[in-house]
Amino acid sequence: MKITQLFKMALYSVWNNKVRSFLTMLGIIIGISSVIILVGMGQGTEKEVSDEISSLGTNLITVSLTKTLNITEADLTELKSKPGIKAVAPEVSSNNVNIKAGSKSSTTSIEASNASYAAIKNYTVSSGRFITDRDVKNRYNVLVIGTETANNIFGYTNVVGQYMYVSGIQYKIVGVLTAAGTSTTGSSDDKIILPISSAQRLLKTSTISTYYVEGESQAKIDTAMSYLKMFLNKKYGLRNLATSTTTNTYYRVLSQTSLITTATSTSTSMSNMLAGVGAISLLVGGIGIMNIMLVSVIERTKEIGTRKAIGAKRRTILIQFLIEASTVSGVGGIIGVLCGYAGAYIAKTFFSTSIVISNNIVLGAFVFSVLVGLVFGIYPANKASKLNPIEALRFE
Amino acid sequence: MSEIIESNSLIKMTNIEKVYRMGGSTFKAIENVNLKIDKGEYVAIVGPSGAGKSTLMNIIGCLDNATSGKYSLDGQNTKCNDNKLAEIRNKKIGFIFQNYNLIAKLSILDNVLLPLLYLGYTGKAAKEKAKTQLEKVGLGKHIKHKPTELSGGQMQRVAIARALVTDPQIILADEPTGALDSKTGREVLKMLENLNSEGNTIVMITHDRDIANHAKRIITVRDGHITSDELNNKEVTA
Repeated sequence: MKITQLFKMALYSVWNNKVRSFLTMLGIIIGISSVIILVGMGQGTEKEVSDEISSLGTNLITVSLTKTLNITEADLTELKSKPGIKAVAPEVSSNNVNIKAGSKSSTTSIEASNASYAAIKNYTVSSGRFITDRDVKNRYNVLVIGTETANNIFGYTNVVGQYMYVSGIQYKIVGVLTAAGTSTTGSSDDKIILPISSAQRLLKTSTISTYYVEGESQAKIDTAMSYLKMFLNKKYGLRNLATSTTTNTYYRVLSQTSLITTATSTSTSMSNMLAGVGAISLLVGGIGIMNIMLVSVIERTKEIGTRKAIGAKRRTILIQFLIEASTVSGVGGIIGVLCGYAGAYIAKTFFSTSIVISNNIVLGAFVFSVLVGLVFGIYPANKASKLNPIEALRFE
Repeated sequence: MSEIIESNSLIKMTNIEKVYRMGGSTFKAIENVNLKIDKGEYVAIVGPSGAGKSTLMNIIGCLDNATSGKYSLDGQNTKCNDNKLAEIRNKKIGFIFQNYNLIAKLSILDNVLLPLLYLGYTGKAAKEKAKTQLEKVGLGKHIKHKPTELSGGQMQRVAIARALVTDPQIILADEPTGALDSKTGREVLKMLENLNSEGNTIVMITHDRDIANHAKRIITVRDGHITSDELNNKEVTA
């Protein structure tokens, strides 16, 4: 028998039992659409995280010093001259610092550094200017304010030239940061940026344990890394330490690229877990198909007997039922994909969830749904094909 | 000598025996059956229920293999596997059942073309042939109908069309009038007579001697044996 005829016959049979076929498909529809939405959400988060990290600059290397090390201005200049390294910025930071302007007070976090900091961290000012090396050198009490912080204590953002108090010390606002929006780690607009020298005095700290190093380009980041490590090893007096290690008891250097890998690997495993949950519901859907197919084989015993009497071979009956099962699951898969897209659209539009639906997932889900039908159709189809025609014809 | 006889007889059964095993005991449904049916014959196999008619029909119709003995159909030994039997049924035998056994979900056209699809016809060719066959039995206008929308007589005519569509060697009718009133029953018998006069070989199984009397040869089966095999001199026409 021609395979196209078998397909037609199977489709006809599925269409003839619309309600039952739909109910059978429901498991697959729910399975496929949940796989698509869940994996889409997982991948969306993954992308969001990696975008966020790369927005900080993919050329960025973060250095955390575990053991105190005195790095002088001259050291920084030396480091900056190394191949692959474009800029170096030390950072001192503090959370929950009290700020006050007029009668309004609030708390915010301080980031203190030098003039290179803006370029390294991709900060721009919407008005005024950024911290300059002169500010650092002269310990000027000036600061650059985030828009949210400005709103908190002034009620507006056009605050360049105004004065405010940080931990009781008066500072002059010289610039306002361009609003960056909210990210997963909280608002990026609630902060003040001070010259590092002034902040050290304010926070009464002389140690600097965080440095940011900007590579010349992403391609040169490895060169920059090794020169940086060589420099640190020399400063710490670690002669025998291989430059391949990024973490030891003295310091930790972390490139943004490796940070992305770490962060997205978490989301990846979450995506996989979500896909697993969806796969389980597909499995349940498959069992549903098997159930209905078994019932259908019993119901159609006489039909199967008739088909055999007029010349259907075992194989023909087997293929007919397999095609029916995989048609049900395949059509369920297609509806599931459409529902998945619809669900993703709704989640994106109304709940602003970030969802990325990749073609691979859609294709994979569809193929899997057809396979589910095939696999769970084998048992009922085999049962149908093995029916004895005489007994089947006699069946009432 | 035997070769020549074989070439003349469409059905040739030698010492056919069918044994059923039920639990521990065995039951001989038919034994020592020797039978020859030639091309163009119209044979009725008659006997009370339980006599072994159905078993005999199942073997003649290649729905089942005999336990022992030799059965050749159209010169071909029928001792073979499931697939081969299905192929023989498909090509050489046209079944007409008491309960029509039409597939309720399919239109009568699709019912009739089904054997052709199993034979490997393309959909289009099968459709043409099935349509012609339905026209022959007078149902050319109903091809889109479902079997349930037809009367019993019409359904049996669809079944006859389905049996004929593959141009089989034998038409095997199992109580073809059993579910019909006597008037439509007569119509169906008339149709079988016409088919026979066109040269078709017909084997009809019935428990009703009056129905059997429409055939040209009557074989009586009792307790698993052929008790008589005679030409019908009281032949009635419907």
